[in-house]
Amino acid sequence: MPTGILSYSAYIPRYRLAHEELGSALGMGGGAGSRAIASYDEDTTTMGVEAARRALGNGARPAALYFATTAPAYFDKTNAAAIHAALDLGSEGFALDIAGSARGAVGALRAAAASGGLAILSDLRTGKPGSSDERDGGDAAAAFLFGPGERVIAEVLGEASATAEFLDRWRRPGEMASGQWEERFGLEAYLPLIRDASSRALAAAGIEQADHVIVSSPHSRAARTAARELVGRVAEEAPAIGYAGAADPGIRLASVLDRAGADQSILLVVAADGCDATVLRTTEAITSHRAEKPVAEQASGGREVRYATYLTWRGLLDRELPRRPEPARPAGPPSARSESWKFAFVGTKCDDCGQVHVPPRRVCVGCGATDHMSRAALAGRAGRVATYTVDRLAYSLSPPMIDAVVDFEGGGRYTLEVADAGPEDVDIGTALELTFRRLYTAGGVHNYFWKARPV
Amino acid sequence: MASHGIRDRVAIVGMGCTKFGEHWGRSIDDLLIDAVGECLDSVEDIERHDVDAYWLGTMGSGTSGMTLSRPLQIENKPVTRVENYCATGSDAFRNACYAVASGAYDVVMAVGGEKLKDSGYSGLVVPPASNDGTASEASAPAVFSLLAPAYANKYGVSEADLKEVMSRIAWKNHRNGALNERAQFRAEVSMEKIAAAPLVAGSLGIFDCSGVSDGAAAALIVRSEDALRYTDRPTYVKALAFAAGTAQGPTDPAYDFTSFGEVVASAKDAYRQAGLEDPPTELSMAEVHDCFTPTELVLMEDLGFSQRGEGWKDVMDGRFDLDGELPVNPDGGLKSFGHPIGASGLRMLFECWLQFRGEAGARQLEAPTLGLTHNLGGQPGACVSFVSIVGAERGVAGA
Repeated sequence: MPTGILSYSAYIPRYRLAHEELGSALGMGGGAGSRAIASYDEDTTTMGVEAARRALGNGARPAALYFATTAPAYFDKTNAAAIHAALDLGSEGFALDIAGSARGAVGALRAAAASGGLAILSDLRTGKPGSSDERDGGDAAAAFLFGPGERVIAEVLGEASATAEFLDRWRRPGEMASGQWEERFGLEAYLPLIRDASSRALAAAGIEQADHVIVSSPHSRAARTAARELVGRVAEEAPAIGYAGAADPGIRLASVLDRAGADQSILLVVAADGCDATVLRTTEAITSHRAEKPVAEQASGGREVRYATYLTWRGLLDRELPRRPEPARPAGPPSARSESWKFAFVGTKCDDCGQVHVPPRRVCVGCGATDHMSRAALAGRAGRVATYTVDRLAYSLSPPMIDAVVDFEGGGRYTLEVADAGPEDVDIGTALELTFRRLYTAGGVHNYFWKARPV
Repeated sequence: MASHGIRDRVAIVGMGCTKFGEHWGRSIDDLLIDAVGECLDSVEDIERHDVDAYWLGTMGSGTSGMTLSRPLQIENKPVTRVENYCATGSDAFRNACYAVASGAYDVVMAVGGEKLKDSGYSGLVVPPASNDGTASEASAPAVFSLLAPAYANKYGVSEADLKEVMSRIAWKNHRNGALNERAQFRAEVSMEKIAAAPLVAGSLGIFDCSGVSDGAAAALIVRSEDALRYTDRPTYVKALAFAAGTAQGPTDPAYDFTSFGEVVASAKDAYRQAGLEDPPTELSMAEVHDCFTPTELVLMEDLGFSQRGEGWKDVMDGRFDLDGELPVNPDGGLKSFGHPIGASGLRMLFECWLQFRGEAGARQLEAPTLGLTHNLGGQPGACVSFVSIVGAERGVAGA
């Protein structure tokens, strides 16, 4: 049986920062286009969950998760464990962070390809106000499930790597912006590495020219220059959301898989402190197993926010908050006790009368039976607004908070914050779906839970 | 098993209540000392060491009975601290009454007090227990604002009409409070100003929300047969009912946000204990938990004062005005008198006490004989509810 990519999906957040808005706010040239930005309640973990949930839409339960990012929500704690919990994968299995440089993307993909598993590439790109990193970055995530099977949509034909130590880009832990050396120095360092790794990978795959070529690098000029040399037969239509760091190769590979025909080759080049080139070939299965939400569809549209809003969301503008107490940090033991509820939105269903309870209850609301309960996983269920309110008093980084009482298909009700929406988007009866978010951070602890967003 | 009640077995013979408001210069100790002092001063020949036991209601201004015994220097008496959300003061009173009815004590005092304005925050702040961070962070006005669209939708009232109903409730309570020198807000406010106020949550504007305040109140309770030894005009306790809900509303799709089942249950129990058959005509007045204006509207129906879906019309017809058929919140209610949590339930009883004694000044009702107090804590679909019936005379059921 062949081994390769079984399914994939991308996640691009809803919000955009237009270059023109950024430029006018800072009194400099802006230019056309925009970048994708994570909402105030998103981070690389939550975006990774969104991409992974979509990639596992067929109900697959990978035995290993490999999570790559340059912007981990935690150090000294495995972020992939929270993703693992949110995916409701039980306690068995492996979950690993590959955090640091954009090259981690290749690490996650290779690890998943080698032994089967889910590679999750997620990134949130920041830079100093006015910097090219701020302007040209983009926030996004992508996930690729690897394994054996008749439904493999793309196989790895060959790969090659080159590594070099040179000071092009760096960042110390805790800083929000990277340092960069003079651009031409990096260009000179990268181009030979890219040529070397690419030619060896193509040779290993036994092809001279790939149908599709992706060159992803934090050194944007090196990527552009190399792409002019490594031309594919089919022009790439990369989403214009900005360079997405460790997620960039993932978003662009997903975008190619959205459009590639059967039996086409893809050269994926990632140049970060070296170069890793991978050649893949699509199979017949690609035509019938593409992602449900194409990259292009997610990249288009989006809601633009003001630059001040962006700065506030990234913690770069310390705004006056509502005169309300900041929430307390979520406590460890109760969070652990309710892992499947808090992280996977699993409630209970009464074995006697069928009443669904979220959060899980031991004593049935419907019939009073005690401890006659089964699991009720509601994260994927459709919901509707039973009633809602716009809360202008509650603590929020992005007031006003919208609270919706959500009734779930098949039973269950919970009051959730509405994400990615303004008051005008919500009404009684509005269809909602759940989305994993970081509600707030208190005492250094991120409070992950679910919100609801309009479908 | 039954709720037997203690009808006419105990009576209030003295009361005290501070002015409610922003007491920047006074601590919870000061407020408790003042309320207890006024309560004792209202009865001849009694001092604080003559009181056999105390119940102190406070939601968050202190823990343990020593919150009261320390400032007042009450030595080695039983002092119980009670907490039951916004119904805290009522529950302190309820348990104090039972202690007298049981024969355990001759003279007890229920005290309620709250110091909310030291927090520095807007609105009510209830520090939660350590938790997993999954509970809704919605504010109190937000959860109560859910009543308005649900009510409007169920009974075919337009949003604009419902906003007018809400404004009229606020207008009425401000008007009553303007006549009350102890109230936090003492100015009448026009319907137009109420309706145009900045929004806090949903359709609730600033004037649809009760006052956040500091204050304290106290009641001295004895056996009814002893009452006339302390005062010539005691207030007799006819019924004390309490219901804690299953808190299923926010998680049960069957709940529709137009009623408080806990209020219906506690009212039914109270009416039965007091022997009332037609409460809206038998009652002379009611003090109800108008934390937000839609709450008072829904309560009119839950307490049986209005038919289902008709409460809004009764409000607009002025039925609950000071000069209406059944005056509701003649003292201004939480809206205008203010809402220092632990004190509120006792403040409601204080208005009945004044009205029965003919001491309510400019807002005095004509010969009231029977009053209801209603106090709830929590949120729609998940609350605790208290209902009492008190009367000016012993052994007389209705008016």
